Amino acid sequence: MTFHDGDERARSTAEAVARRSYGKLVAFLAARTRDVAAAEDALSEAFASALADWPRNGCPSNPEAWLLTVARRKAIDMARSRRRHENAGEPLRVMAESLEAAAAESEIPDQRLALMFACAHPAIDAGIRAPLILQVVLGLDAARIASAFLVSPVAMGKRLVRAKDKIRQAGIPFCIPGRDELPGRLDTVLGSIYAAFAEAWTDPGGADVARRDLTEESLFLARLVAEMLPQEPEVLGLLALMLHAEARRRARRSADGEYVPLAEQDPALWDWEMIKEAEALLLEASNLRSIGRYQLEGALQSAHVFRRRTGRPNWPEVLQLYDALWAISGSPVVAINRALAIAEIHGAGAALSAMPSVSADARLSEYQPYWATRAELLAKTHAHDQARQAYEVAIGLERDPAVRRFLQKRLSRLPLGPPC
Amino acid sequence: MKYLLMAYVNEAAWPQMTKGEQEQGMAAYTAYREALTTAGVLAGSNRLQPSSTATTVRLANGKSQVLDGPFVDSKEQLGGYFLIDVADLDAAISWAARCPASSHGVVEVRPIWGMPA
Repeated sequence: MTFHDGDERARSTAEAVARRSYGKLVAFLAARTRDVAAAEDALSEAFASALADWPRNGCPSNPEAWLLTVARRKAIDMARSRRRHENAGEPLRVMAESLEAAAAESEIPDQRLALMFACAHPAIDAGIRAPLILQVVLGLDAARIASAFLVSPVAMGKRLVRAKDKIRQAGIPFCIPGRDELPGRLDTVLGSIYAAFAEAWTDPGGADVARRDLTEESLFLARLVAEMLPQEPEVLGLLALMLHAEARRRARRSADGEYVPLAEQDPALWDWEMIKEAEALLLEASNLRSIGRYQLEGALQSAHVFRRRTGRPNWPEVLQLYDALWAISGSPVVAINRALAIAEIHGAGAALSAMPSVSADARLSEYQPYWATRAELLAKTHAHDQARQAYEVAIGLERDPAVRRFLQKRLSRLPLGPPC
Repeated sequence: MKYLLMAYVNEAAWPQMTKGEQEQGMAAYTAYREALTTAGVLAGSNRLQPSSTATTVRLANGKSQVLDGPFVDSKEQLGGYFLIDVADLDAAISWAARCPASSHGVVEVRPIWGMPA
């Protein structure tokens, strides 16, 4: 068992090294040529070889140099075979020059943050920013990203091509925005990373804790941005938030693969090292004195952990945090969670009044937590028929069979009303 | 746009489930239909009788040929369908992922031929 574990870890480390070096080179080449797709093409064979070779035979001491050697060889071959077609030759020549420039660097400067800012530029369609970052910075293939985001692989591939074309054609810059623009632009980068993390935050298989679709990748991206922008409180806040959520992953499933809500989780199963790291980040962020939505969400995670760890209810503080978050974001998701906090202090009736309404936001009609929360609150006010209907809708909207079963159990516990 | 969601399931698994599991399974489909209805996207749905009740009909060499059994002999068979009317393929896939069949079988999503949205 340990032998295979070591193997598996070595393999995944080697893969991670390959992706990191690949990402650095794509960023370097794309920044020079403004052509993300061409940079990926130039490195694709080298990257594929690395992914096949390094997990088996170990990583080279200079991974970027290895990739560049293979890529330059391919570029020379292509230039030779294309010499007759002058027009087609120009982009290849530019790329070949850029490869040589990369090879001349003693260490490739890390421009992945600039690449991420380009991918999350406001001109890029909001829905494709996260997939784009995952592909160009980490080398994930379109099919895998498509599955994680529940999109047709062919459609995802086309959208990614369009986005890269747009970067090239619109002249989207590869740089870290200046002081004035930074907060807004950073928000879109962080939003993309958070979107990738949120997509990963389902465990449809249930039983397989190791199947972390995009969780590791989005955590890596958050850490990367935190490394490059350590003075930005929202960056630290996002990383803290993600670490808090990830720390509880193993506790979200029982040994039988059943879903375990936060209130019933065993804190002994939480990753306390990760929680400590998250808390340290939140403290650092607060010292930078600029509150924002990710720090608030991180603080909420922190408050929930505190309550479970000490057994001391802190709902008024939690409600205050939700009030602040609601004021910043106006998000119906926040409103729903805020209502649950209100229920703890003022009862289910008040909470129901605080819930957003489907008529105001049609998206809620397909948002499982909206219906599950409504059901819980209605049950508490003894409106059992309405609660039953709300549970049914929630169950019908849920992808994860384990969560469906959990909701079905809640539904079955409702007392049967008089026949209608 | 209209899409047909076709639920393919392993029929042999059903009789092997406990009565409780079967009830839970049925309840999941009831809930799914309820969610589709509440969202206003359901255009029709039906559960099909098992593939053992199927008959295939074709014209071969000018003669009618009627055979007992389903068209394709595979472990997964068509168990039912949901006809939905949604904005685009992304939305259809999102609903397909919620169909209980996707967790133990396969759901095929196919756009309906014809009129643009």
